[in-house]
Amino acid sequence: MDFGKLFELVVSSSLVNNYVFTMFLGLCIFFGVTKKMETSIGMSITFTTVMMISAALSWIVYKFIMVPLNIEFLLIIVFIGIVAGLVQGSDTVMRKLAPDLYNKLGIYLALISTNCIILAVPLQSVGNKYNFIETIAFAFGSGLGFSLAMIIMASIREKLELADVPVPFRGLPMAFVITGLIALAFTGFSGLITL
Amino acid sequence: MDTVRTPKEQQLIISASPHIRSDESTGRIMWTVSAALLPATIMAAYYFGPYAIFLIALTVVSAVGFEYLYQRGMNKEVTVTDGSAVLTGLLLGLNLPPTVPFYIPLVGSAVAVVLTKQLFGGLGFNVFNPALIGRAFLLISFPKLMTIYAEPTAQFVSMDAKTAATPLGILKLDGIGKLMEVYGDQMTMYSQLLIGNCAGSIGETSAIAILIGGLFLMFRGYISWHIPVSFLGSAAVLAWIFGGKGFFTGDPILHLLSGGLMLGAFFMATDYVTSPSVKKGQLVFGVGCGFLTMLIRLKGGYPEGVMFAILIMNCFTPIIDRSFKSEVFGAVKVKKEAAKQ
Repeated sequence: MDFGKLFELVVSSSLVNNYVFTMFLGLCIFFGVTKKMETSIGMSITFTTVMMISAALSWIVYKFIMVPLNIEFLLIIVFIGIVAGLVQGSDTVMRKLAPDLYNKLGIYLALISTNCIILAVPLQSVGNKYNFIETIAFAFGSGLGFSLAMIIMASIREKLELADVPVPFRGLPMAFVITGLIALAFTGFSGLITL
Repeated sequence: MDTVRTPKEQQLIISASPHIRSDESTGRIMWTVSAALLPATIMAAYYFGPYAIFLIALTVVSAVGFEYLYQRGMNKEVTVTDGSAVLTGLLLGLNLPPTVPFYIPLVGSAVAVVLTKQLFGGLGFNVFNPALIGRAFLLISFPKLMTIYAEPTAQFVSMDAKTAATPLGILKLDGIGKLMEVYGDQMTMYSQLLIGNCAGSIGETSAIAILIGGLFLMFRGYISWHIPVSFLGSAAVLAWIFGGKGFFTGDPILHLLSGGLMLGAFFMATDYVTSPSVKKGQLVFGVGCGFLTMLIRLKGGYPEGVMFAILIMNCFTPIIDRSFKSEVFGAVKVKKEAAKQ
């Protein structure tokens, strides 16, 4: 096992090719939950977990069911189905078995099922022909990058709560401006790792 | 229509005694920092000639102009006399290559003052260093113009400057051997870099001039030692360990003297608004800047990483400030379980 490559994969997917700041994916959740630090931390934990499980599941289904049956053209539909089914299933199971945890993190599950990063990660890992371990590392890195983005964003938005921002720019417009400026800073990472 | 209450309207300041009178003010600090940049500006004038001075003047005037126009246009109190726009313009001007066309400074100061500072609510609320966002914006928008560096001529009249690569650019493309070829021996290289006789941005080349200004600020107590020392120290250690072919063979002095490291460490990273206010947090901030600078210089796609390193750490400043929150004096610690009920 090449640990160096796995490490590069995690760094690359979390910092260099951060989904939010270089590809501008997953913005609906990103802007939705980053008003408060508490919700962004809850979302980070739930999101990274779901991301890793769904990427692993998608990889297994692709490798052992879709490739032998020659139905790779159904990729997007099948992956959407897997994500939605997984999220709905874990929602039900969590509500019955761990109501405490459900009260804390359950509300984020419904939002995740329609997120684009959660679909982009299995699609990209299939496209780049990652093996099982690499897929999990890639999903972990992507989740980590998204969590980092949300936590940075929440801390900045909480700081700006009292700032004298011009009225037309309050709330969402300012969030877009901040995201753009963070993306500008993150261009510094470009060229760091070329996989 | 609802009126929106802004913090500006609630300007009744009440504080507990003792009330100490001090003649320190935002304006005084800003003007002193600008004055501390004077040696670097003089060296820039000596090496890069009148056009460089014209560029610096243009950024300063346009930064002040944009701030004035914005504040008049938004019916806000005009605060251009506090010197913060002058300082932003001066720093942006010192960070430009010496041969850029005149519209580059104008775009840069508009982005710096309006987008990065005023839109966030004015001085004190901006998350990013305005001058650095201005420069990063220019570097991404005009990548060709912003990376042409002129050879220092030391002749006050010559206008047709020859282009040359910066020391870090040579180091990135051709390695340390080529750099030695250009300068002869090691001591010559150090001394040339120290006085600023090398290609680079207008005000970043002369390490000694920036050092004089930075030490002056430190002596006057306007900046503390935490950020510059941890920034330069971590960068030097990392350059020593990872800078060469094998471990522990790098050249820390070369990395300290070249590029914008000195200017960044003393004047940009220490910005009150965008760096942590707690001392422990400042150390974390400085080490982070040093680490990211060397990461980008040695492994990244750009030859120079100081600007991006400081901007990235600016993103983390609110988090650093939260995690090093000092304890409230006299507060009673409440257990978590008890607090919930």
